Amino acid sequence: MRLTRAWWWIVFLIGFLYFFVPLLGTFIFSLGNPLGAGGAPPSLEFYGNVLGASDSGFWSHLAYSFVIGTITIIVSIGLLLPTAFWVRLRVPRARPFVEFITLLPFVVPPIVLVFGLISTFSHPPLPFTYTDIGSSALLTFAYVVLSFPYMYRAIDTGLQSIDIRSLTEAAQSLGASWPRIIVQVILPNVRVALLSGAFLTLAIVVGEFTIATFLARPAFGPYLSLLGQTKAYEPAAASIISFALTWMAMILIAFIGRGSRTRVAVTGAR
Amino acid sequence: MTATTAQGALPARPGRRRFSWTWLGLVPFFAFAGLFLIIPTFYLVVGSFQDKAGQLTLQNYVDLGSPQISNAFFSSLEISIVTAVLGGAFGFLLAYAIIGGGLPGPLRAGVLTFSGVASNFAGVPLAIAFVFTLGRVGLVTALLKTVFGINIYAEGFTLYSKIGLELVYLYFQFPLMVLIMAPAIDGLKREWREAAENMGGSSAQYWRYVALPILTPTILGTMILLFGNAFGAQATAYQLTGGTLPIVTLVLSAQLRGDVLNNVGLGYAIAMGMVVIMGLSIILYLWLQRRAARWQR
Repeated sequence: MRLTRAWWWIVFLIGFLYFFVPLLGTFIFSLGNPLGAGGAPPSLEFYGNVLGASDSGFWSHLAYSFVIGTITIIVSIGLLLPTAFWVRLRVPRARPFVEFITLLPFVVPPIVLVFGLISTFSHPPLPFTYTDIGSSALLTFAYVVLSFPYMYRAIDTGLQSIDIRSLTEAAQSLGASWPRIIVQVILPNVRVALLSGAFLTLAIVVGEFTIATFLARPAFGPYLSLLGQTKAYEPAAASIISFALTWMAMILIAFIGRGSRTRVAVTGAR
Repeated sequence: MTATTAQGALPARPGRRRFSWTWLGLVPFFAFAGLFLIIPTFYLVVGSFQDKAGQLTLQNYVDLGSPQISNAFFSSLEISIVTAVLGGAFGFLLAYAIIGGGLPGPLRAGVLTFSGVASNFAGVPLAIAFVFTLGRVGLVTALLKTVFGINIYAEGFTLYSKIGLELVYLYFQFPLMVLIMAPAIDGLKREWREAAENMGGSSAQYWRYVALPILTPTILGTMILLFGNAFGAQATAYQLTGGTLPIVTLVLSAQLRGDVLNNVGLGYAIAMGMVVIMGLSIILYLWLQRRAARWQR
């Protein structure tokens, strides 16, 4: 028994090293590689360059991605919550069709999706890519599509755990309209599921590179990519910051979703 | 002529349900998905069967067989399968280690949190992190050289290759496996083990005849997810190799930028090839899911 337990420790140790060594390497380089030959003493200069320099662009790109991420979440919930609600309440026969469509983003990888979007919307009748605002809208809609699989499942699981029929009937007998039922009765009851889906969306959108690049948007992913190709130690600092952001999003999800099932996303910024 | 007879026959067709107005509530969703997912994909389908003049052709699909394109597909398949199998196997072991391996309790929560972060820490920042770790002057490369006297780059290793990319992909592959397998292993019922022990079964027999057969559909299904995860990945590989590694997502990127093949029909066909491979894998996944669900009641 003791021997087998030692084996499991070894497995854990390998996982631990795989996880932390790249972070350690990046962290050391983010301090200016003080361990290297003739290395300078550790310095926070490169974090300063990324976060503070007037020409850095870090904040503006991050802000852009945050705004896009927030709009994505609102559109995604606005679209999927009423749909999942209506399917459960009135048209259960539509479930296979809706589920099929929410699974499609697995089948159409981001690079293929953006290819299709550019081919469809870069000419009349719907020339989204002609204007900046149009391209940003297209980027948002693409992210809404990417959020379908886990967002729909999160909402649907949330709805499953409450008695939507009784809630709806109670609200109706008090004279509530459909929008009011969804916003004031159903939404507060599934907010845990919505919040974990929302933070996952944010984590994915803020790091997304493929779609943002091909739509030529000033998002955080393309910014980080360019930084990685042009600077020495700054990319390490930016990666550490980016890792910290991912970490925060996951902590928030774990904190909000205590007791609920782990949510796993396989679409997004790979 | 046939149209009129068909129309005339319609009302007489038995068992045809009346259109239900409640379906109208789903119009926004179907309209959105149609506009930004179905129509763009359909556009690629149609385009893949047209030549530059818009004439119907199968030439684009014939061109998929050219060495450059087919090699890219094979490389992508190889990378996806290797990382799915290795990531899946190691992820399963790690999931078992924290649940059934007798490791201290806090490690379990730690590994699960780390896995949540690592499975989402992908793309550009991940590629950058590996450059600083296993790149030419990276931390591990330098350590191996100065401490052990091994120059891995002189030995033929390079991060900017298939094997390098596989190492990078594994960083998000095995944590994803942990996240999905941990609840599945946790879901093995205590009664099953007790029943096996009551009948004199050893721990090995329990695993061989009870636990593994129950978990197999979940294990294989998750490996398929990992496969798709790697197959559709573009950002990590692009950042790592500057878009030069011949895998299918990067070939398609180059095609989209218009700087290599400059044949848009071929681009459509490549995209379709990817959709078909992803589609087949998701069908297999759904079938395995159904089998796995049998034991989850």
